[in-house]
Amino acid sequence: MWHWIQRFSSPKHFYVMSAPLITWFSVSALLIGAYGLYLGLFVAPTDYQQGESYRIIFIHVPAAWMSMFVYMVMAVSSGIGIIWQIRLADMVAAASAPIGASFAFIALVTGSLWGKPMWGAYWVWDARLTSELILLFLYLGYMALQSAIEDQRSADKASGLLAIVGVVNIPIIHYSVEWWNTLHQGATVAKFDKPSMHIDMLIPLLLMAVAFKLFYAAVVLVRARNEALYRDRNRRWVRELVERL
Amino acid sequence: MLKAYYHLLIRDLRLALRSRHELANPLIFFVLVVTLFPLAVTPTPQALQTMAPGVIWVSALLAVLLSLDRLFKLDYEDGSLDQLMLSPNPLMILVLAKVTAHWLLTGLPLVIIAPLLGLFMSLPADAVTVLIYSLLLGTPVLSLVGAIGVSLTVAVNRGGVLLSLIILPLYIPILIFGANAVDVAADGLPVTGQLLFLGAVLALALSLAPLATSVALRITASR
Amino acid sequence: MFEAKSLECVRDDRLLFNDLSFAVAESEVLQIEGPNGSGKTSLLRILCGLRLAEAGHVLWQGESIISNREDYYANMVYIGHLPCVKGDLTVLENVRSLLDTRSLSLGNEEIEVALSKVGLASYEDVPGKALSSGQRRRILLAFVELSQAKLWILDEPLTALDVQGVALMESMIMEHKQSGGSVVFTTHHGMQLECEMSSVQLGRKARG
Repeated sequence: MWHWIQRFSSPKHFYVMSAPLITWFSVSALLIGAYGLYLGLFVAPTDYQQGESYRIIFIHVPAAWMSMFVYMVMAVSSGIGIIWQIRLADMVAAASAPIGASFAFIALVTGSLWGKPMWGAYWVWDARLTSELILLFLYLGYMALQSAIEDQRSADKASGLLAIVGVVNIPIIHYSVEWWNTLHQGATVAKFDKPSMHIDMLIPLLLMAVAFKLFYAAVVLVRARNEALYRDRNRRWVRELVERL
Repeated sequence: MLKAYYHLLIRDLRLALRSRHELANPLIFFVLVVTLFPLAVTPTPQALQTMAPGVIWVSALLAVLLSLDRLFKLDYEDGSLDQLMLSPNPLMILVLAKVTAHWLLTGLPLVIIAPLLGLFMSLPADAVTVLIYSLLLGTPVLSLVGAIGVSLTVAVNRGGVLLSLIILPLYIPILIFGANAVDVAADGLPVTGQLLFLGAVLALALSLAPLATSVALRITASR
Repeated sequence: MFEAKSLECVRDDRLLFNDLSFAVAESEVLQIEGPNGSGKTSLLRILCGLRLAEAGHVLWQGESIISNREDYYANMVYIGHLPCVKGDLTVLENVRSLLDTRSLSLGNEEIEVALSKVGLASYEDVPGKALSSGQRRRILLAFVELSQAKLWILDEPLTALDVQGVALMESMIMEHKQSGGSVVFTTHHGMQLECEMSSVQLGRKARG
C-alpha cells in the first residue's frame, strides 16, 4: 500500500496521469459553469430587496468559498508533504496558493462591486469582506515566504508550516472579526446577508460552486505539472521528455 | 529540563542587559509613535480618548514586531542556534526560555510604561487599568506568535518586512479584543469577556507556539 | 555504534553524494575528505541531525537519530565553522552556557582546569569580544573537553588555531580515542595523527 502511494505520487507518474484529467475537469467546469451562469443571470427571479444587482453573488459567493477551500487544501497538502515527505504534496500546495489568492481577490472585488449599488460605497468594513482581506494577506505571506527561501525543500516545509499555523488561526480570526463587526454595526442590518434563498437562486449558486471547484482542479493540475517539471528539471525523466519534443 | 530553561533565560537576560543601550529602543519607539497621533490628528481630549485604545495597541504591536528580530538572529549568525538544536533537552523548552526573555525585555516594559501613554491620550483611570491587564495578557502572545514568524524567516536575508507580512494577520484577533477592552472600559462597561478571550488565546499560544517554533527552526536553520 | 546508511544529499540542485554508507565504532577516528564544495559540511550536518538527507538514515546504537534525538544528543558534541562565542559573556560564562544546554553543571574548578588545558588559563573573566579568533576557538575546545560526549563531530576543527592549538587538538583527539571515544572530522589542513584513521572520500568518486 505504501509502495503504491509512493509510486503513484512520484512526479513523473503524476505528470503522465494528470494530462487526461485536465481536459476532463476543464470541459466539465466550462459546461457546468455556463449552465449555472445562464440560470443565475437569466432564469433566477429578481430579488425583491436588491433588484438585479444581487446576481453578482453567483460569482462572489463561490469565489469566497473557494478561497477558503483552497487554503484548506494547501494546509493539508503541506501537512502531508512535511509528515510523509511526499514531494507531490508540496507541489500541489505551492501550485494552489496563487489560485486561492486569486479567488480571494475576486471575492473582494465582486464584493466591492456589489456594495456600490447597495450602499453607495465601494468598500465597507463588513465582517466577511474583512475576513476575506485577511485571508488574502495570509496567502500573500505564504507566497512571499516560499519565494524568499532559496532551498526548495526548506521553502516548501517552512511555508507549509505557515499554512498550518494559518489554518489554526483562521477560526480565531474569523470569530474575532465577526465579533468586532457586530460592535460597530450600529442600527443597520448585517450588510451582506444573502437574499432569502429561493430554490431558483440556490441551484445556480451550487452549480457555480461545483464549476469553480472543477476549474480549480483543472488549473491546479496544470500548475502542479509545471512545478513538477521545474523542480525535476535536472532529472532524467524531464530531460527525456524535452528530447522527445 | 527546568534547569536548562532557567539557565538559557538567565543567559539571554544577561546578554541583553550587557548591551543595555539597545534595550530602550522598542520602548522609545512605542512612546514616539503614540506621540505622533496627537500631532498628526488633533490633541483634543475627546478625540484622543476615541483613538487611544487603537493607537496604543497598534503602536505596541509594531514595537514588539521591531524587536522580534533579536530573538534568533544573533544565535543563528554566531552558531549558538546550532548548539541549542543539538541539546538533549526538548527544543520547545529552550524556545520557551528565549521567548520568556524576549517578553521580559520587550513586552513587560511596554506594560509598565502604558499608564504614561494613557495619560498622554486622556484615558480615564478605569481604562488605564484595563489597558495594563490587556497588554499583560496580550504581549506574551505577541512574543509567542512572533517567535513562529521569526523562526520561519531566520535564514532569510533582510527578512524584516517578510516577518511583518507573515505575523500581522495573526496578531489581528489580539488587537481587536485588546483594543476593544480598553475602549469599553472607558465607557465604564464590563470587560470580562474580552479579557477571558485574551487569556484563552494566551493559553493556546503557550501550548502550541513553542512547538511550531521548534519545528520551524529545524526546517529553516538546517543550512 | 554510529552508522550512516545510503545517505543522499542535494544542494542547490546539485547531487553531492549518493548511497553513502559507513560506520564508526568505539575508539575509531574517521576523516571525511574531499575538495571544496563536495559536501563535507553538509554531510556532517546530516550526521548531526541538523540537516535532513534526501535519502538514507543515520543510526546511533541502531536507532535512527531523528526518532531518538535525546539519547543521541546526550552522547555527541558538534563544532561547526561558526565561533559560537558570545562577545558580551566572559570566557567562563561562555563555556558554562554551552554546557548548560547539555544540562551539565560543573564546578568552576573543573571548568578552570579545562581552560588551562586549552591555554586560556587566566582568561576566565575576559569577555568574548576581547579575544582573538584563535582564542575563541579554544573556548570551543574546552567545551568539547568537558562535554562528556562519546562521539565528537568536528567540522574543520583546526580553523583559526595556531601551531600549539593544532597540536592541542591533535592530542585531544588521540586522548579521546584512547579512552574509547570516537571522532568524525573534516579538515583541509593535514592533521598529523599518530593513530589509525579511517577515511571517507567525497567528490567525483563519491563512495564510502
